[in-house]
Amino acid sequence: MNEPYIRLTNVGKRYETKDGPVEACSDINLDIKQSEFVAIVGPSGCGKTTIMKMVAGLQPYTSGSITVGGKRVESPQTDVGIVFQEAIMLDWRDVLENVMLQIDIRKMDRSKYEAVARDLLKATGLSGFEKKKPYELSGGMRQRVSICRALVHGPTMLLMDEPFGALDALTREQISMDIQRLWMETRKTALHITHSIPEAVLLADRVVVMGPRPGRIVEIIDIDLPRPRRLDRLPERFHEYSTRIRDIFKSKGVLAMD
Amino acid sequence: MGVLRKLTPVVGTLCFLLAWQLIVVVFKMPPYLLPGPVAVAYAFVDNLDILLSNGWVTVYEMVAGYALAVGVAIPLAIAITSSQRFNEFVMPTMLFFQIVPKVAIAPLFLVWFGVGATPKILVAFLISFFPIVIDAAVGLRSMSTEMADLAKSMGSSRWQVFAQFRLPTSLPYLFSGLKVAATLAIAGTVVGEFVGADKGLGYLLLVTNSNMETALMFATIVALTIIGLVSYYLVELLEGALIPWHVTHRIRESGTM
Ligand SMILES: Nc1ncnc2c1ncn2[C@@H]1O[C@H](COP(=O)(O)OP(=O)(O)OP(=O)(O)O)[C@@H](O)[C@H]1O
Ligand SMILES: [Mg+2]
Repeated sequence: MNEPYIRLTNVGKRYETKDGPVEACSDINLDIKQSEFVAIVGPSGCGKTTIMKMVAGLQPYTSGSITVGGKRVESPQTDVGIVFQEAIMLDWRDVLENVMLQIDIRKMDRSKYEAVARDLLKATGLSGFEKKKPYELSGGMRQRVSICRALVHGPTMLLMDEPFGALDALTREQISMDIQRLWMETRKTALHITHSIPEAVLLADRVVVMGPRPGRIVEIIDIDLPRPRRLDRLPERFHEYSTRIRDIFKSKGVLAMD
Repeated sequence: MGVLRKLTPVVGTLCFLLAWQLIVVVFKMPPYLLPGPVAVAYAFVDNLDILLSNGWVTVYEMVAGYALAVGVAIPLAIAITSSQRFNEFVMPTMLFFQIVPKVAIAPLFLVWFGVGATPKILVAFLISFFPIVIDAAVGLRSMSTEMADLAKSMGSSRWQVFAQFRLPTSLPYLFSGLKVAATLAIAGTVVGEFVGADKGLGYLLLVTNSNMETALMFATIVALTIIGLVSYYLVELLEGALIPWHVTHRIRESGTM
């Protein structure tokens, strides 16, 4: 069990475009243990989405190797729940059915998982909205639905690509707390991508700090703060971690973040 | 305020009809040149049996041609979006049939199939076929990469990707093609009837034209317009029932349109 669940070794990605090759990231070495929450924070275009897609098997890597659960990633991973930057909602299904999509596609037992879906919706403050259509919800509610959908089938791994990118600050804070609570209950192996330093420090066991293009890991910082972490009672060390990460970005010439 | 607003189009139509009637009366237009709306209305009511019996023929040909177009176009759109190779294979032929003027092919159909319903159905088919294929194909290709990634991460089979994601995503596009095609189908049928027919509204247009029965000719045009409008709104009704999430409907519900 001490084997890392996700292992990236010297991973690099080069996109071939008509203006020539684009080096999205290189020399990525990162081990993520089972049940660990890792956040990647870095400036726009440093290859964060690319790393997530490679781990999910949705983009091939061009060098190095990635293993998940000891197996080399060569095709789309399915023991996974993914939350994208924009909530991908199927407008023709209501809220509950958008969560149950995961169960339908996998041909899992609907009668058993409908209760799970309802519990998740309740835990994210969406009870009473089960029969609403996605276009009747706010952006924050839609993103909560997609978090429920990423968890309903009980995947081993949870991947989130800037899930709050399109949301206002208040909604972000609320959903951050939802995610922390759900993660503490389920202990999924989680990879959370963000460009917000406080969000990374708040949620993660370890924060991976990436430098500007071509994306490389600059530092990996252990966040040793007790959970549940609360936004209204942030310890002094929280600010120390944030300042440290901000200083790394400053030294790398990345303009003021957040 | 709200009621007045709703009546605006009705008032506009009435003004147009009134102006038309005035012009006819004031300038003493001979009825074989330009009958007034009142005369057209009388011609419509007096000849209702003729209009109905010929109208059914046209409706039948139009619906048959349209149904054939839908039945061929949708599977073809699915095929060309599933296989790039097949797309390249059929595109030149399809483009040829789109660009060649249908009016020019219609006499050929007459030679091949006689004066019956078949040539009209075929012209209606040809003219309404292309917009359905194109819009359905655009729709079937419109799924975002994120949605495709989501589908893959769930382990969707090819069939599931199609049935659960791709096909529903394509419906708003498909319906815009179906609506355009519905109005084109009636035009295609009339073209078919112009070329050679012994019944139908297109035939009635030619007869009334050569007999200088201009009021009945106008009444025939009105009948054709009604058929076109009804078929358009039937498709739109179906669209509203099948894809209530579609943006244009959402906008309408909130009262902007
Ligand atoms: N499909 C693609 N084809 C070509 N180049 C790509 C593609 N996807 C990403 N890139 C390039 O790779 C680099 C990294 O992109 P990526 O989307 O991973 O960045 P990111 O860190 O997620 O940025 P952001 O914070 O803005 O989302 C960028 O320079 C981008 O232009
Ligand atoms: Mg990104």
